[in-house]
Amino acid sequence: MADPAEKIEEKKAIPSDDNIVDEGLEKGAAALTEDKIASVINQVIDEETGARLKVYVDTCIHCGLCSEACHYYVSHDKDPQYSPVGKIKQTIWPMLKKKGRVSPEFIKKASQIASTQCNVCKRCAMYCPFGIDIAYMISIVRRICHKLGVTPLYLQDTANSHSVTMNQMWVKEDEWIDTLQWQEEDAREEIPSLRIPLEKEGADIMYSVIAPEPKFLAGLIYQAGIIMNTAGINWTMPATPGWDNSDMAMYSGDNEIMGRLKKSHFETAARLKVKKIVMGECGHAFRSVYDVGNRWLGWKMPPVEVVHAIEFYYDILKAGKIKIKKKYEKPVTLHDPCNVVRGRGLHEKARYVVNAICENFIEMHPNREHNYCCAAGGGVINCGPPFKMTRMTGNRVKADQIRTTGASVVISPCHNCHSGLEDIVHHYELGTEVKFISDILYEVMEKPE
Amino acid sequence: MNLTKNWDWETARKTIPFKEWNEKFEWVEEPYVSPDGEEIAAIVNTGEAEFNICANGNLWETTYEKIWHLRYLADNRLAAIVNEDGEWTVSVNDTPWENRFDYVWQPMFTDDGQHIAVAIQSGMEYGMALDDKPWETLYANMSNATLSPDGKQTAASVQIDDFNEGEIFKFEKGVFSAAVNGNAWDNKFVNVWQSAFNQDGSKVAAEVRLSRTEYAIAVNGINWGKTYDAVWEPLFNPKTGSVIAPVLRKGSWTLAEDGNILWSNRYKQVWHQTFSPDGSRIAAIVAPSFGKWTIAVDDKPWQATINDLIWGIVFSPDSRRIAATTKEGDNWSVIADGSVWTHTFDMVGTPVFSPDSKHIAVKVEKNKKHTITINDRVWSEEFDAIWDPVFNDTGDKVMLRTIENGTYCRRVMPVDELLR
Repeated sequence: MADPAEKIEEKKAIPSDDNIVDEGLEKGAAALTEDKIASVINQVIDEETGARLKVYVDTCIHCGLCSEACHYYVSHDKDPQYSPVGKIKQTIWPMLKKKGRVSPEFIKKASQIASTQCNVCKRCAMYCPFGIDIAYMISIVRRICHKLGVTPLYLQDTANSHSVTMNQMWVKEDEWIDTLQWQEEDAREEIPSLRIPLEKEGADIMYSVIAPEPKFLAGLIYQAGIIMNTAGINWTMPATPGWDNSDMAMYSGDNEIMGRLKKSHFETAARLKVKKIVMGECGHAFRSVYDVGNRWLGWKMPPVEVVHAIEFYYDILKAGKIKIKKKYEKPVTLHDPCNVVRGRGLHEKARYVVNAICENFIEMHPNREHNYCCAAGGGVINCGPPFKMTRMTGNRVKADQIRTTGASVVISPCHNCHSGLEDIVHHYELGTEVKFISDILYEVMEKPE
Repeated sequence: MNLTKNWDWETARKTIPFKEWNEKFEWVEEPYVSPDGEEIAAIVNTGEAEFNICANGNLWETTYEKIWHLRYLADNRLAAIVNEDGEWTVSVNDTPWENRFDYVWQPMFTDDGQHIAVAIQSGMEYGMALDDKPWETLYANMSNATLSPDGKQTAASVQIDDFNEGEIFKFEKGVFSAAVNGNAWDNKFVNVWQSAFNQDGSKVAAEVRLSRTEYAIAVNGINWGKTYDAVWEPLFNPKTGSVIAPVLRKGSWTLAEDGNILWSNRYKQVWHQTFSPDGSRIAAIVAPSFGKWTIAVDDKPWQATINDLIWGIVFSPDSRRIAATTKEGDNWSVIADGSVWTHTFDMVGTPVFSPDSKHIAVKVEKNKKHTITINDRVWSEEFDAIWDPVFNDTGDKVMLRTIENGTYCRRVMPVDELLR
């Protein structure tokens, strides 16, 4: 059993996380009073939570079995401060116990813990004997901190971008469309009649992506264009806001902006009268459209079927719509993204796809729903450079996992995981390449002459 | 406004060859048909980086480097966004606007087809252009473009003050506003989203955010004075001029009017409120409870509920009837006057009422075949493609625009025949 959280003071000094300075946290906390804090905490607890939170709080017997599940805890040599229950002990429990009468300094620290030392990956929920969803409680902490105006600066800026542009990277409306047309033009070098159809009402599929694709990774849109055209898919992409399926507001606790984003996304699909939304290789966006954002709006399930890229590739490979010219030869391993594996169960389909396109697939251990989080998801990488080392020191276990496989490529079908793993690979000098499935699929598939 | 009266309602069937276009051009994009059914048109590729528009087999005189967003206007003119020498503009019936821009998008048309507005970017500054006349003042950013119902005015959310990414505290002081015809409101907000014009164009209402957690509706720049936890797009009452918007408080949604709560019931969701043509009734899509959707008329929700989606709410011309599309799992259908139709499809269009309000027609798709359904009766003929049905002004005939074996076909049929 892990060390009890009560022994925090007896443990060695905590590494650098305590010394991080973030303007969003500092300035936000400086504007608070204890009365304001108590008012917001009690409002959120009384009006926005209920039996679920009470059951979790009342049921936890402080056994610490959740600890071993957490990459932060394991990577910090079992420092209980980084255990899931330890993070609860430092955040929501005192808020409840003191009926909201906590200090601005406490809120600043709670926001840092909730937003940067927990990826809300839900691995710990599988190891809790009662199935307590600690990620839910951490999300409540983030919600409280959002309402108090104490959110890490970079994460808040991303939420601000969402609120203005309906995408996470301040991509302006014309820049989005222009990028699609530019990628379409480039891809015609390869397939002269290729189209990225814009605003095609009645297409079978609306393809949606996250804003880093038009902003930095336009080649992924190019690849999607090649894959869609080769597979003969009747598809479209919107030329209006609603094209971005991502959602950092979900992670900053700004539920109202989260709802606005999901409304825009699903209503764009409804307006275009598509039968499905296929989304690119992003995990958190899937969580937002499939679980959190849709439900905040009142939909029990997504109102338009949402298919993650893993499942889409599985479908078109299985149906023979894409043929493989020659399998990828380098040894690869697969990182199972939390939000589409624990959140959707796509792990076997991911393996089908990887085996279909790669010659030499090496399992990472643990894997599937037991895989360790990348430490980038859950909004943590969006907290920006101040917290990069929090992610690095907090995920030594991931570096060990990758290194042990001996693979030269780690496939990561999730944007946040992809970026986080690149940092891990670089920091721990693993020498591994990080690729999306589409990078390899595009490389090995047969394309029309 | 009666656009359909002078159309040909006597000729039973007219055809235009379409699939032959594939042999004439490198490729043919998805076709569009004119409201009167007399034309079919598509963007076609005529060579490397050469695009044109083919309408009824005839090319426009001008070839462009790029063309997108081809659409017919309600008056049967054909409009598209075109690019020549790296500059963008709008071309209507092969006549381009005089003004050129660095980018043009989001075309909006009035119901009579007489006015066109677009979003524009010139020199990395943003605004709108209405009927070839751009705003005099452009902004650092712009979104949520709106065209007034009479086509004489435009509005959008605009960025007033410069700020850099990461300046979250400056952002929270408010750097956005709305601009009407290019002129910004005096007041600034954290966010400004969708706006709406009133009937005579003298007022604009918009959903605004005052702080991280306070939302309101602003009318001509002045907010309601009461804030909510969230709001959705406002709408003017065509009879009284009041502003109606969905508002969220303590986890429940309802409708508010000029800042005051209008509806007594509380819902898990309320949106897409719409007024009857006579202005006497308000209907909205609502979720009476989590995961259950229906339509509420004057705060009275229908008994029938849908699990997935209700979309495209439409009042009948006589203001008495309401219809919308529904989705349950993979099955799309229609809900009308409180009852869900018995037939389901892979996709349905937006319901269309006949002018006498007696009939509801909708295009439907099943197993990749398309046909028409009237009053929940499915016509037996199937097509490769179909567009929304159009009734004549007396409501006894319906025009169907279809593609059958590569030929575009315009049919005029008695409604009774479709109901047999």
